[in-house]
Amino acid sequence: MMEDNSPKVISDKIPFYRDVRFLKVFFQILFLIGIILLAGFLYSNMLNGLRKQNLALDLSFLGSEAGFGISEGIAYDPSESYLKAFWVGIVNTIKVSIIGIVFATVLGFIFGIARLSSNWLIRNIATVYVETFRNIPLLLQILFWAALTRSLPTVRNSIIISDSIVLNVRGIYFPSFEPGPGFSAWLWYLFVGVILAIIVVLVLAAFRHFGQLSEPHHTDRPSFISNIIFGAKWAAAPTFLIVAIAGLFLTSEVPFAVNRPVLQGFNYVGGMNLTPEFSALLIGLAVYTSAFIAEVVRSGIQAVVKGQREAARAAGLKESQVLRLIVIPQAIPIIVPPLTSQYLNLAKNSSLATAIGFPELLHIGHTMMNQTGQSIPIFGMVMLSYLIMSLTTSAFMNWYNHRITRIGRSR
Amino acid sequence: MENLAITQEVKPPNTSKSPLKWLQDNLFNTWYNTILTCLALVFLFLVFRGVLTWVFTQANWKVVPANLQILMIGPYSIEQVWRIWIVLDTLLVLLGLSAAVWKGLVLRISTVIASIGLIFLLIPLDLVKKIETDPATLEFNLNIVYLIFFKRRWLLGGLVLFGITFFLGRDRNSLRRWVIGGWILSFPWTMIVLHGFGENTISTTNWGGLLLTLILAAVGIAACFPLGVLLALGRRSQLPAIKWVSTIYIETIRGVPLITILFMGSIILPIFIPGDFQLDKVIRAMIALTLFSAAYMAENVRGGLQAIPQGQVEAAQAVGLTYPKTMLFIVLPQALRAVIPAIVGQFISLFKDTSLVSIVGLLDLLGIAKSILGNPKWQGLYVEVYIFIALIYFIFTFAMSFVSRKIEADLGVGKH
Amino acid sequence: MRKFLFRVSAIVLAISLMTPLLANSQESILDKVKNRGKLICGVHGGLPGFGFLGEDGKWSGFDADFGRAIAAAVLGDPSKVEFVPLNAAERFTALQTGEIDVLIRNTTWTLSRDAELGTDFTPPTFYDGQGFMLPKSLNIKSLKELAGASIGVTAGSTTELNLTDTMRSLGLEFNPVVYEDIDTLYSSYDAGRVDVVTSDKSQLVARRKDLKNPDDHIILDETISKEPLGPLTIHGDNKWNDAVSWVVYATFFAEEHNITQENVKTLKTDNPEIKRFLGESGEMGKKLGLPKDWAKQIIISVGNYGEIFERNLTPIGLPRGINKPWTQGGLLYSMPFR
Repeated sequence: MMEDNSPKVISDKIPFYRDVRFLKVFFQILFLIGIILLAGFLYSNMLNGLRKQNLALDLSFLGSEAGFGISEGIAYDPSESYLKAFWVGIVNTIKVSIIGIVFATVLGFIFGIARLSSNWLIRNIATVYVETFRNIPLLLQILFWAALTRSLPTVRNSIIISDSIVLNVRGIYFPSFEPGPGFSAWLWYLFVGVILAIIVVLVLAAFRHFGQLSEPHHTDRPSFISNIIFGAKWAAAPTFLIVAIAGLFLTSEVPFAVNRPVLQGFNYVGGMNLTPEFSALLIGLAVYTSAFIAEVVRSGIQAVVKGQREAARAAGLKESQVLRLIVIPQAIPIIVPPLTSQYLNLAKNSSLATAIGFPELLHIGHTMMNQTGQSIPIFGMVMLSYLIMSLTTSAFMNWYNHRITRIGRSR
Repeated sequence: MENLAITQEVKPPNTSKSPLKWLQDNLFNTWYNTILTCLALVFLFLVFRGVLTWVFTQANWKVVPANLQILMIGPYSIEQVWRIWIVLDTLLVLLGLSAAVWKGLVLRISTVIASIGLIFLLIPLDLVKKIETDPATLEFNLNIVYLIFFKRRWLLGGLVLFGITFFLGRDRNSLRRWVIGGWILSFPWTMIVLHGFGENTISTTNWGGLLLTLILAAVGIAACFPLGVLLALGRRSQLPAIKWVSTIYIETIRGVPLITILFMGSIILPIFIPGDFQLDKVIRAMIALTLFSAAYMAENVRGGLQAIPQGQVEAAQAVGLTYPKTMLFIVLPQALRAVIPAIVGQFISLFKDTSLVSIVGLLDLLGIAKSILGNPKWQGLYVEVYIFIALIYFIFTFAMSFVSRKIEADLGVGKH
Repeated sequence: MRKFLFRVSAIVLAISLMTPLLANSQESILDKVKNRGKLICGVHGGLPGFGFLGEDGKWSGFDADFGRAIAAAVLGDPSKVEFVPLNAAERFTALQTGEIDVLIRNTTWTLSRDAELGTDFTPPTFYDGQGFMLPKSLNIKSLKELAGASIGVTAGSTTELNLTDTMRSLGLEFNPVVYEDIDTLYSSYDAGRVDVVTSDKSQLVARRKDLKNPDDHIILDETISKEPLGPLTIHGDNKWNDAVSWVVYATFFAEEHNITQENVKTLKTDNPEIKRFLGESGEMGKKLGLPKDWAKQIIISVGNYGEIFERNLTPIGLPRGINKPWTQGGLLYSMPFR
């Protein structure tokens, strides 16, 4: 360093190793080097470990024939590829998650509101429900429901309700509707229904509009468009439905064929079947999650400031209006974020199905792993799939939350 | 929707009510509540009748006492069970001291725990079953004495120690620091005593039942704590590299199910571990649980950190504290205090989540239950076994959530 | 800065300390077991008759007894063995990584497992084959009639693949229901959730006994696969593999020569081979790296093959079948003790 007699700038005095800017960069580089070293260390171990198992990391196995059957899900044959089998698993996971979320939300809201009921008995039943189901491990609950499904009657002794719903140890069978010979004719009725609905709405809006025009002292006259939106849109749905239902009877041939479950050989065939594994998983997920959702709903409603309700009542709103117009709109933004994490938990918890044999993502991944030995890539795929599902769900719920909070503010 | 208790909340407390008035107010105040009450009564009647008939006439409860040993400790050697008692007695001593120096909530909780111990000490269950003697006779009383002073000497000793330490420690608040140290040390102590060394080693693969469940939960929460705090600080760091690595770790772990991480631990982790170095399956499950709960712990702690006003950090810096000191002495103590309820909540869910280790073949409470059901003698008794262990899980989680609510209330009082 | 340097060097030191662990030492597992004073044996977690946890917290079963036999031979004490319950997916990894010394868990000897998996097999202790069990009431006599049936199978074994292969070669549609653990499989079958259950015949027999009405179920005569089940050791450790193999042969040999748990201590014989077997002459033990009386210890602690079989498998209703000494027309054939 050069000797310098000019007045020293402060920064000169600080040696580079005490310069905050330098240290920040240095420390980060050090940290990254550490991470990279660790990763490299693990990687070399992995190569060693794989060599021991005579495996090489590659994804080519995904294209080869899977060779194992899957008990339920979208159409699939053992001669199809591993990739297809994996896809069946993903679809099954999504299916059970979405249905589970719907049931859990309904149950959760019912019990959450019931916990605030003025009826002592209802309130306490709800409390017992919530406390019981959220304090017992989900896996145990799923195993329990699965064990219960095994005590249902055998195929030959099925419980048959009104000749169409069949309940036995193989699951629940519902009749399903399939397009019949008159289906295309009925589609025309639907088209007509849409047109008719539009016409009815326009006519109604026109009546309103001209009715208002005739009122001389109407200062703040709504536009034609707003008459459609606020005044006449209610008429669309009933019109459409009337035409659609009428179409069902008016078509010369049956538009729908009812496919009833029938005993054939070993099993009931036809209709829609919920397997016991699926049902046990669904009940377990829905009940467990609903207990948490009930708590979210309860605390959300309680979080709405008491003054708001009192003010609303003072303004002369009825009790039901207080709830609908004041409490719920304010509670929803409070409820949505924790609700999101419950939904995410439900989707992730669907992986427990692997314990009862429902062929979801993890279960199929596990089978694939046993057969190919490619545990690392398959695990990577499984975890990535869950990660993508989680991130998508939370992105969607964030967007929804953002939207409703904006609406809340603008009001 | 209309039957909300919104109106009830603003009513002044009505202290003197006749039972009839209570019924009218709480069950039959409106026409729809009357209908609901009737429906609920019918529902309850049906449920209770069904459940009680099953419990008392159809269920085969023999499976529980016959397998109680493995349900509690799994394949842990019964000759070595004194080690578990040593651990329990150690914990009772610490509990006694804690109750003495902190009083308040801690005292209440410890009293409850000690009374439960006392009840277990005094119920002569084994006697009632084995010797159907008249409780008034001398033989029966001698048997009770034998039972309490010999067969249950460890429990008796623990409770006596609890009492002694409580009276010795009263009003010695200076002991607090030592007691905290004791709790921290009790952890390695437990492991060493249970595991042993040399000839008498009982390796972790032989731990099972409730013992394993409790240990997994305790390890999960204790070991994830430092990692979770580091990750939380990392995520709030101003250094992008650290921030991003922490964030990616936290979000990845939180985005995948615990069971996939346990499978990773059981199937993939061994591939990443070098050559001769082995971790047995229980240790691997512990690592998986720790890595998993660290991400959740980090989010909890981050919540606490966000609640600390920036002024605190600035003030600390103004006094000249370095970053580590600021965090260690100023920010973290306040932040952690605020998130104690959240941490207890996490502990509860971790406690329930330990049941997943049964899927990767560990013999925790649920794993043992499954192996009992695999025993030809007890096949088909699913409902009995599952209900019994559900009860155990329920008692623990319910007690913990009760405590957490108390702590929350206590902290709330302290803050304002 | 010094602090930083210190930290950096600490990290580097920690990593370099871990690298020697990468090096695989060449010590035989036999010596490791002796030094440890304990054998670690991987077993099935819940297969009555072969390996399951009893009410007293002790492992019992056919496979567990072979684990005890190895402990008795190597350490002179059948109780010095620790059992690790493993599921199908993790068993090979456990062996490869050295978590267990020997795997005795209903594992089929196949070419790919022998050649690829980094494992070596020892003589099979049990010859099995995959079969089908179904209710008598279905009146089905052969596999070909199983079209459209729901068939229960456990995950992660050769069974699942054999099933799919067989059904496809017969051109039959079927509905596979895959279960993670075998308890669920059989209780589901018992409840009628699946029509047919497929597994090793030994397992079917073992489990039929525990169904609600064992007599209402039949096992089809057809066997769709060969399943020789035996202990496995890690690939390349010949010393250890020899020791385990000869433990198995010793149980065969003892049955061939009527040496039983009862008479082994008092046995007086002039047969030189039996003398060598009992360690009274020759140095059989030394050659294997085992104590002189290793074979005697095995018989004292668990008995000969027949006794092990009768203690564990006869109670669950398994017939000896081909698992008889070769002298009686079976497949068990001990190599000479010479």
